[in-house]
Amino acid sequence: MTKWYRENASITAENLADEWMRLKRGSVTRRHFLGVTGLSLATAVLARQPGIFSSPAYAQDLGTTMSLATWPNYHDPATFEAFTAATGVAVEVNVFGSNEEMLAKLQAGGTGWDLFVPTNYTISTYVKLGLIDPLDMSKLPAFSQASQSPRFTSEGAVDGTTYALPKNWGTTGMAVNTSKIKTKITSWKDFFEVAMTEADGRVLVHDYQLTTIGSALVSLGYSFNSIKPEELAKAEELLIRVKPHLYGINSDYQPGMRATDAWMTMCWTNDGAQLNRDMPEIAYILGSDGGEIWTDFYAIPKSAANKPAGYALLDYLMKPESAVKEHIANGAPTTDSRVMALLPADVTSNKIVYPDEASLTKLEFGAAVTLTDPARAELMARFKSA
Amino acid sequence: MPLTTDRKRQLTTAALVAPAGLWLFVFLVLPFMAMVVFAFGERAPEGGYQAAFTFAQFANLPSRAAAFWNTMMIAPVGAFLCLIVAYPVAYYLSIKSNPKYRLVLVSLVVVPFWTSLLVRTYAWMYILGSRGIPNLLGMIGIEDVRLLNTPGAVLLGIVYGYLPLMIMPIYVSLEKLDRRLLEASADLGAKPVSTFFRITLPLSLPGVMTGVALVIILLLGEYLIPQLLGGGKVFFIGNALVDLFLQSRNWPSGSAIAVTLVVVVVLVLSVAMHIAWKVSGSRQVELV
Repeated sequence: MTKWYRENASITAENLADEWMRLKRGSVTRRHFLGVTGLSLATAVLARQPGIFSSPAYAQDLGTTMSLATWPNYHDPATFEAFTAATGVAVEVNVFGSNEEMLAKLQAGGTGWDLFVPTNYTISTYVKLGLIDPLDMSKLPAFSQASQSPRFTSEGAVDGTTYALPKNWGTTGMAVNTSKIKTKITSWKDFFEVAMTEADGRVLVHDYQLTTIGSALVSLGYSFNSIKPEELAKAEELLIRVKPHLYGINSDYQPGMRATDAWMTMCWTNDGAQLNRDMPEIAYILGSDGGEIWTDFYAIPKSAANKPAGYALLDYLMKPESAVKEHIANGAPTTDSRVMALLPADVTSNKIVYPDEASLTKLEFGAAVTLTDPARAELMARFKSA
Repeated sequence: MPLTTDRKRQLTTAALVAPAGLWLFVFLVLPFMAMVVFAFGERAPEGGYQAAFTFAQFANLPSRAAAFWNTMMIAPVGAFLCLIVAYPVAYYLSIKSNPKYRLVLVSLVVVPFWTSLLVRTYAWMYILGSRGIPNLLGMIGIEDVRLLNTPGAVLLGIVYGYLPLMIMPIYVSLEKLDRRLLEASADLGAKPVSTFFRITLPLSLPGVMTGVALVIILLLGEYLIPQLLGGGKVFFIGNALVDLFLQSRNWPSGSAIAVTLVVVVVLVLSVAMHIAWKVSGSRQVELV
């Protein structure tokens, strides 16, 4: 998947074909099909007449379009449809595979994003570089600090000023197609070993320095966040040894896993939950040797062209009733107890989404230094061009 | 004082050249100069560029040797494969096909360009993916074949995508071919095969060279096909550049690679063209 494509499409060709087949089989409704493929948003935009749906709650002029930068398979398209219906603002969705890519775009300027989804470890750097605005909390009445779990949300504030509001938390584990891979995989060490043996040519790693280098470090017994030259050198050696055996280097791994071109991948909670929901043979496993735990946030770039709409969408997403629908669709665990209370039992009891506390103890939050460390950036680039 | 004819002519020339010259200066020369300056700079602590004078970026070039090597190998191989496929098509179109339908047939060659290369390459992802050809192979008992994300898939995508660019120049040069030469050759007793190799092929070489040069030049900057059909594993210089600018945020290193690529391309092409001119004995070859 190219960067260009990810930025410009809200659905991949594979998704479209999948959904089309599901529609033809009658296993989804037409409405669902239109929703997930983004067609209904397109229809809504085309059919929209200014003024008719404008709600009095949005007295300020929000314009007609806004732009959101986020991650693959991370939202319920129905959310944006409802937002468009309520406000008259159509949401253009850009999809990225790494925080570094988002940072590069913001540093180069002229992104046009009004809202984007950075991960916890990047926020302090965005603040330092002056790329994001402090949030005006008076425009975000739906957000409730009291119901947030501080364990996950503290990095949204820098020196007491809130710059970002939590979207959800999650983990970085492994998705394994157990009908193809018989070896029992429990750790990152297993992941890289099986990638070179039983699953030769069938394993995906992220196009993302944090998780790809981090998981390689963990498999060698080092910290996920290490920037020590000798540890990074060992991780590079491992990654370059694994590379000829990989299926690909791509952060949008759902299409490959669903088509069973790939049998195992580095995987985020939400993708793990979505894959397992549709294909029960795909298991989601957390490394017993460690890995990443993370929180994604919403932030507003300083360069945003339509800040009122950015605030409006952010506030809309902070409403527990919108957040609960998003949660059910994308499968990433919430940081907000108000949302937790509204969730159906089958979501809260899902061990992929809400794993046992014991399996989380070895996981590490990404560290800010990994975002800007030149050695990690160069290692990733060397690994890819090797 | 009235303008002299010479002066008038000069002014006309200047007026005609000015728009293109200005365009190239602003969008080619200036950015290239910026790139050269960047190439001697340093990566800023958080990424981007900061002023410096160092050769470190050039010293780091060997770390991208694999990407250079891939590009330098796959581009000529891809162009050669295109040529093998394109020549018979162009030959048929210009010599063998019924002149009544020729225009329609030639238009058909161009039809794929009406759809974006991106969309067409995505179609290949689907055909080569597990639910495409490997699925059909599975039905006849050949299990778990993997086609996508291999160098073969990238080559296939290249031949598919660039074929029209090879067919057209060859077609044009064959169409201009004086048929009386072929008749003369036959009259003098040459067999069709030797007529082809001694008359047709040499006279179509300018078209072949143009096609090869066109395809190679574009391939050296190729990014899309290796990314989609190579899965980020079959890496071209284009992909390395995107990475350096959009992931590692190492503009100086990216600039150094880009400058080197330009220099290498100019060198390789001038040598290749020099040889081509010698071989074809003609100086009609144009790069584009």
